[in-house]
Amino acid sequence: MLGALFVCLSLSSCSGVQSALDPAGLEASKVATLFYVMLAGGGLIWLGVVGALFYATRTGREPHSERSAGRVILWCGVIVPVTVLAALLSYAVWLMPNMRPWAPGGEGGLRRIEVTGEQFWWRVRYLRADGSLLFETANEVFVPVGERVLFVLKSPDVIHSFWIPSLGGKMDMIPGRINHVALEATKPGTYRGVCAEFCGPSHALMAFSVEAVDAAEFEDWIASRRAGRPAADPGGLELFLRHGCDACHAIAGTTADGTIGPSLTAFGARGSVGAGTLPNTVEDVARFIRYPDEIKPGSRMPSFGMLPEGDAERIAAYLKGLR
Amino acid sequence: MRSILPREIESLWTLFTAPVVWALHFIVCYVVVAIYCEKAGVWEIDFNSIRIGLGLLTLAALGMIVLSAYLAWRQWGFGSGDPPHDRPTDHDRRLFQGFATLLLSGLSFVAVVYVAIPLIFIAGCQQ
Repeated sequence: MLGALFVCLSLSSCSGVQSALDPAGLEASKVATLFYVMLAGGGLIWLGVVGALFYATRTGREPHSERSAGRVILWCGVIVPVTVLAALLSYAVWLMPNMRPWAPGGEGGLRRIEVTGEQFWWRVRYLRADGSLLFETANEVFVPVGERVLFVLKSPDVIHSFWIPSLGGKMDMIPGRINHVALEATKPGTYRGVCAEFCGPSHALMAFSVEAVDAAEFEDWIASRRAGRPAADPGGLELFLRHGCDACHAIAGTTADGTIGPSLTAFGARGSVGAGTLPNTVEDVARFIRYPDEIKPGSRMPSFGMLPEGDAERIAAYLKGLR
Repeated sequence: MRSILPREIESLWTLFTAPVVWALHFIVCYVVVAIYCEKAGVWEIDFNSIRIGLGLLTLAALGMIVLSAYLAWRQWGFGSGDPPHDRPTDHDRRLFQGFATLLLSGLSFVAVVYVAIPLIFIAGCQQ
């Protein structure tokens, strides 16, 4: 009974938006296959060792000849481990080109998304085929299902690591270097990406959402993001500008064009505030504006606790309205 | 075969021959592939040529290790006595050293093979 409960609980933790064992991409499914093969290999070795232990302590307790003991050492200590390790190593190395696919002559033909890991959020820039900027967003990645996408990975500050367990990865983002990882989503859905390399006090609060959508929906999303819509509440924008938020944040279609912090274009459509830290509600956005350092220790955003009563809420409502 | 081999050159230094061959093979494989992939656009060499070259190097390394193992086997008296060779005599010390060298050669042989396995499966540089 307890065993069944344990199995159910362990298996239920294998699915979800951030599980390498519930793959939704080609690369992640290879990783999952590798995991299961290694698990089976490890399980067989464990059974062999425990079986030998039982044999030695229960049934075969009489002394063995030195000759047969030598044979056990030769086979179980040398030949079998060397063969098993060679087989597992060959299998893993054989799988590697599938997990980190590369094309001869570069991956120029792929759609490129440049992702920059910053303390502690993700700058996401969609690029045209020639490398020029289509638009910039933050902490959200949209990918088309069934199309391989090349992520161009950078970092301006410390080492981060880009990992979407459901799709594949991970790949480090190293200051002064440009790394690449190509991923292909096979199942539409919402997934979660994380920073997988300790990068500072808010490392654990550095996540992003990944939406895998079909090709038509993806094109619609690109078009809507490029269009840039005027805001519903000019009063909120006026407060946003008056309190200097535009020094760091950009909103397409307004004069706000700061580049230090995350772009807030279409912020209302995002699922969270603070790179996956809080749900995207007016109250939580206002709280983040007032006390960013309490919510995200080490964040570069200064505290706006001194804003007059109601201003943070008005700005939050304005941001929530941006689509 | 035995006649062209030198007589009893074994010393404490020959104990390290096989691991040194393994270390050199390891470093050459890694450095050559790393530099090749960095200069992939500059050098006009096919990656398969690199793989074949390193494959030949692997065969040479394995040959040297086998030679080292043969000398060690000879030093061990071709298995005439059983370990542990723990008596305080010159004869036992020589056999012990030969046996240790033989085991190290076996380890180095397997290690060189493992280092070379990726050459079979990795057919290009990651861009």
